[in-house]
Amino acid sequence: MCTVCGCEETHTHEHQHEHQLEHAHHHYGNGLAGAHAAGLTQQRMVQIERDILGKNNQYADANRRYCQQHGVLALNLVSSPGAGKTTLLVNTLQALANKAPCAVIEGDQQTSNDADKIRQTGVKAVQINTGKGCHLDAHMVGHAIQDLDVKKESLLFIENVGNLVCPAAFDLGERYKVAILSVTEGEDKPLKYPDMFAAADILLLNKVDLLPYVEFDIDKARAYARQVNPGIRIFELSATTGQGMDKWLRWLEAERQVSVSGAEKALENATHAAV
Amino acid sequence: MVVSDMHEMALCESILQIIEEEASKKAFSKVTGIYLDIGQFSCVEPAALKFCFEVVSKTTLAELASININTIPGKGWCRNCLRDIPLSHRFSPCPVCNNRNVIIRQGEEMLIKQLEVA
Repeated sequence: MCTVCGCEETHTHEHQHEHQLEHAHHHYGNGLAGAHAAGLTQQRMVQIERDILGKNNQYADANRRYCQQHGVLALNLVSSPGAGKTTLLVNTLQALANKAPCAVIEGDQQTSNDADKIRQTGVKAVQINTGKGCHLDAHMVGHAIQDLDVKKESLLFIENVGNLVCPAAFDLGERYKVAILSVTEGEDKPLKYPDMFAAADILLLNKVDLLPYVEFDIDKARAYARQVNPGIRIFELSATTGQGMDKWLRWLEAERQVSVSGAEKALENATHAAV
Repeated sequence: MVVSDMHEMALCESILQIIEEEASKKAFSKVTGIYLDIGQFSCVEPAALKFCFEVVSKTTLAELASININTIPGKGWCRNCLRDIPLSHRFSPCPVCNNRNVIIRQGEEMLIKQLEVA
């Protein structure tokens, strides 16, 4: 039985990189539909008051607790397809090699192409194929965290399915949601998909090396993002040329240190409480 | 707003899962009506939700159950005026001072309130 969620699916805990996580999708609708209650035929109202996303949020809380205890900084990367998430990730991992332990969870509807690209950098990666699903949920991510055996004080990058709609609603237990918008898209995307840009903590404006060749107005993009999210932190960079990557990498390391000291502090407090 | 049908599909699967859990706890075997509180800003398209639920609930205890949606209007708190304000859109400015420094207080709900069961 799975220790994260108690689900009854058989689940191997070996670190097979090709491990199929699709079972995480097969829980719904297989439950107690046939439950029989004898002698109850009268119609009645039952008060429920339950959050539709409550289950997901419970799994997300469990993931968050795990990360906090282990000093892991988890980031949920969201964007449209083609904004450059995977290239950004590969180049970020290469820059962090031998500096910080990293692990990657890759979400796509089909193929393990992205996880394969990540593994070529020497970083452990698990691919989740969501099949029909258009977003990762916290349950799938919990299993992936177990499979990856994420090291203490790691950076955990979760590359969500390329989609600016649903991933906004599904908390995965990450510390920060990082939205990536490339300059080959429209600068008004923060207004077109406001929920995502409102939910994000960080905005990476990617492919800025292409600015001379496209009509993208970067000042407008910044203003639109701030309009839906006054507190959003913005980095301009190009994963391909490396322009602006230093600031992003410095931010990652600073935030990782915060997670590390947070975990140490929590451990210290727990020890004091035990004494 | 652009809404993906698949998003409603995932929500319907969650609704059904909750119903099945409640069925064993509260001893019912059929659901004829589902009453939801859905916030104005929650990205749920009622028509898509109803359509998806019909698909997801086939051959379950909630097949043919009616979906009844109570829309919860948006409400915010203006950090400038320091008071509650009505919000027509998620990112509307404060109608009094036109400031955008507004916190959403209501309108993001996605709750199953009650079930009509047999």
